[in-house]
Amino acid sequence: MKMNGARIVLECLKKEGVDTVFGYPGGTVINLYDELYSFKDIRHILPRHEQAGTHAADGYARATGRVGVAIATSGPGATNTVTGIATAYMDSIPMVIITGQVPTALIGNDAFQEVDIIGITRPCTKHSFLIRDVNDIAGIMKKAFYIARSGRPGPVLVDLPKDVQIAQAEFSYPETVEIRSYKPNLAGHPKQVEKAVGMLLSAQRPVVYVGGGAVLGNAAEELTALARKLALPVTTTLMGLGSFPENDPLSLGMLGMHGAYCANMAMTNSDLIIAIGARFDDRVTGKVATFAPHAKIIHIDVDPTSIKKNVRVDLPIVGDVRDVLDKMIKQVDKGSVKAAEFRDALAPWHEEIAGWKAKHPIGYKQSTTVIKPQFVIQKLRELSDDDAIISTDVGQHQMWTAQFFQFNRPRTLLTSGGLGTMGFGLPAAMGAQAAFPDRQVITICGDGGVQMNIQEMATLVQNRLPVKIVILNNNFLGMVRQWQELFFDKRYSSTCMELPIDFVKLAEAYGAKGFSTSKPGEVEKVIKQGFKEKGPVIMEFKIAREEKVLPMVPAGASLNEMVLNA
Amino acid sequence: MQHTISVLVENEFGVLSRVANLFSGRGFNIDSLTVAPTNEEGLSRMTIVTRGDEQILEQITKQLNKLIDIIKVIDFTDGSAIEREMALVKVTAEDESRAEVLRIVDIFRAKIIDVTPKSYTIEATGNPVKIDAILELLRPLGLKELVRTGAVAIGRGAKGWKG
Ligand SMILES: Cc1cc2nc3c(=O)[nH]c(=O)nc-3n(C[C@H](O)[C@H](O)[C@H](O)COP(=O)(O)OP(=O)(O)OC[C@H]3O[C@@H](n4cnc5c(N)ncnc54)[C@H](O)[C@@H]3O)c2cc1C
Ligand SMILES: Cc1ncc(C[n+]2csc(CCOP(=O)(O)OP(=O)(O)O)c2C)c(N)n1
Ligand SMILES: [Mg+2]
Repeated sequence: MKMNGARIVLECLKKEGVDTVFGYPGGTVINLYDELYSFKDIRHILPRHEQAGTHAADGYARATGRVGVAIATSGPGATNTVTGIATAYMDSIPMVIITGQVPTALIGNDAFQEVDIIGITRPCTKHSFLIRDVNDIAGIMKKAFYIARSGRPGPVLVDLPKDVQIAQAEFSYPETVEIRSYKPNLAGHPKQVEKAVGMLLSAQRPVVYVGGGAVLGNAAEELTALARKLALPVTTTLMGLGSFPENDPLSLGMLGMHGAYCANMAMTNSDLIIAIGARFDDRVTGKVATFAPHAKIIHIDVDPTSIKKNVRVDLPIVGDVRDVLDKMIKQVDKGSVKAAEFRDALAPWHEEIAGWKAKHPIGYKQSTTVIKPQFVIQKLRELSDDDAIISTDVGQHQMWTAQFFQFNRPRTLLTSGGLGTMGFGLPAAMGAQAAFPDRQVITICGDGGVQMNIQEMATLVQNRLPVKIVILNNNFLGMVRQWQELFFDKRYSSTCMELPIDFVKLAEAYGAKGFSTSKPGEVEKVIKQGFKEKGPVIMEFKIAREEKVLPMVPAGASLNEMVLNA
Repeated sequence: MQHTISVLVENEFGVLSRVANLFSGRGFNIDSLTVAPTNEEGLSRMTIVTRGDEQILEQITKQLNKLIDIIKVIDFTDGSAIEREMALVKVTAEDESRAEVLRIVDIFRAKIIDVTPKSYTIEATGNPVKIDAILELLRPLGLKELVRTGAVAIGRGAKGWKG
């Protein structure tokens, strides 16, 4: 049966199992929207800004592991998606972004609302396509989804001129996809795996350093099995949180700039680091020259460009985390006697780590007069569901969440790590809630960042997405203020928000509920009230304004040179 | 160190800019770049001459491999490839220098492809080092214009790039 290009796009989405898209209409996608009007198999959510729509698709992808889909019109609609695309790209999130484009005959003419969105997004997409012929739509959509989700995932942009949406063609969706120039290497080399296990079993001070790849590759189970089998201490990056249960005694928590003292000390004193889907970001290594000076490094990553990019690697294994971990477990099981000996021999190492844990645990000074942000996070953990999904914005509140929430399941923390995009938290939670209407979805934001996409309150109310919005209000751009306090003589240049916002009224203006408190004694009550509400809620906590995120590795310092209290 | 890298690419819209972006976006240097179709339908071959330390070159090669439209990347380390380049050179040639230009052309087995009473235009092909050498000799006589193709390279021996 012949149909128009717009309809073909929707049929492709359906074939890919897409149930929800986030999009905003305009002149060059009006045909697509006209088809959507009567297309019942896909839920379309209208955000109030294309950036938010893109973050929502991203949040949907992070929470589900499926490909998130966003739609925008050409020109300003497309450029509004750029921050969302770059955010997803930096954290390797699978997404397909469909942008309208001016008719093919006008491309290159500076036509109304024309931008070269493929050119603009080239450095922040995994790949992109301009569809010039209606007959190519199905093949390209198939490739776009395949590229987005396979190997190292990432956002793929599909630029769709208006005339291609109008033109007619037969629709048939390809069963398989084959791209001769793109063949991600998923199977870890058995010889390398064997060597890795050999190196591991002869280590005395091993550390498993886990990153977002373990979440993206759905390897939490295998990771946990291997670590428990060999009693390996596990530390995770911000992006890796949740891939290994933090309530397990083997967990060292997060490492890096605001990581746990014990995690950073363990890395520095380790003789063998197994990096699993982690990319040795500068927030994690500190000064590279003094990073893990005594350790041999095994690096497991699906993307060869991640390996040896920042640090030397003794044994690279290119492959999918789950495949490699699975093979490692089997290899360990082959020689179980050696494994038992190995475990016993780790006792002194565990003792040393316990010493670091006891010496400088992650902590804070409680107050009876003013709300400590860390206390709010702890209370949120205590009072929320076990499988609650938490998104954060970017800043101090993000780090307090990472330090104090305790993540025990994968895909329960959605946070912008690589780009550090303020404005991410609220729309990302919106996407997660759309995917999981029955789970508790909480976004933890600062007073600054929440205002970067606050308009999405309307989307939440309209679509009955009961996201619980927690605002840790210090009336400061707190993270920047902290740097100014520590490194710029307290010269608070443009970090004080001056104008206090009435967030309760703001919630009410959108038809939502708002609660606020500045008293430590009321924290629990407010959280309980907020959680009880059926709809979206703002819970504002006016916190100690000058509280700092500690410990901290100052920029350029070594991992073991942590500022513990300042 | 200088490296010559051959890149086999799908002849798709935007491939050249993806490759160029990869270099410019990361501050990698390109000395020369050529691209043209191959004997295989839809397949083009680029030859890129670039420089940098070994770690940077390894990163460049990996990043190139990662681009979706790129089928194969071959880094020709010294000696494993034959390289050729062509130059078109317009030189001043008047009175006594006319004979000198012809002598140089002859020695380098180059060709005169255009003549005027005041100039010769020369076509020279060969290894880039040879091109450098002929230019060195022509320069004092008055180089008016120079166009180089940049190097193209092919592996030595009986095997093709597919092995
Ligand atoms: C204010 C702020 C403070 C921060 N402080 C810290 C901090 O203290 N500590 C910290 O850790 N981070 C911190 N970050 C985050 C930091 O910037 C980086 O985003 C983070 O460290 C990167 O995490 P990662 O190494 O796990 O890499 P990711 O970006 O999650 O990359 C995943 C890696 O896994 C690979 N991969 C993907 N899928 C697979 C698969 N299936 N199989 C194998 N490999 C796969 C990818 O190729 C990639 O190399 C902070 C960010 C902000 C905004
Ligand atoms: C879009 C964007 N602009 C600027 C920054 C730089 N930045 C990082 S954290 C931060 C302060 C955030 O303040 P707030 O949202 O109130 O959170 P807090 O740190 O106070 O918890 C700023 C400005 C950023 N990360 N993203
Ligand atoms: Mg703030």
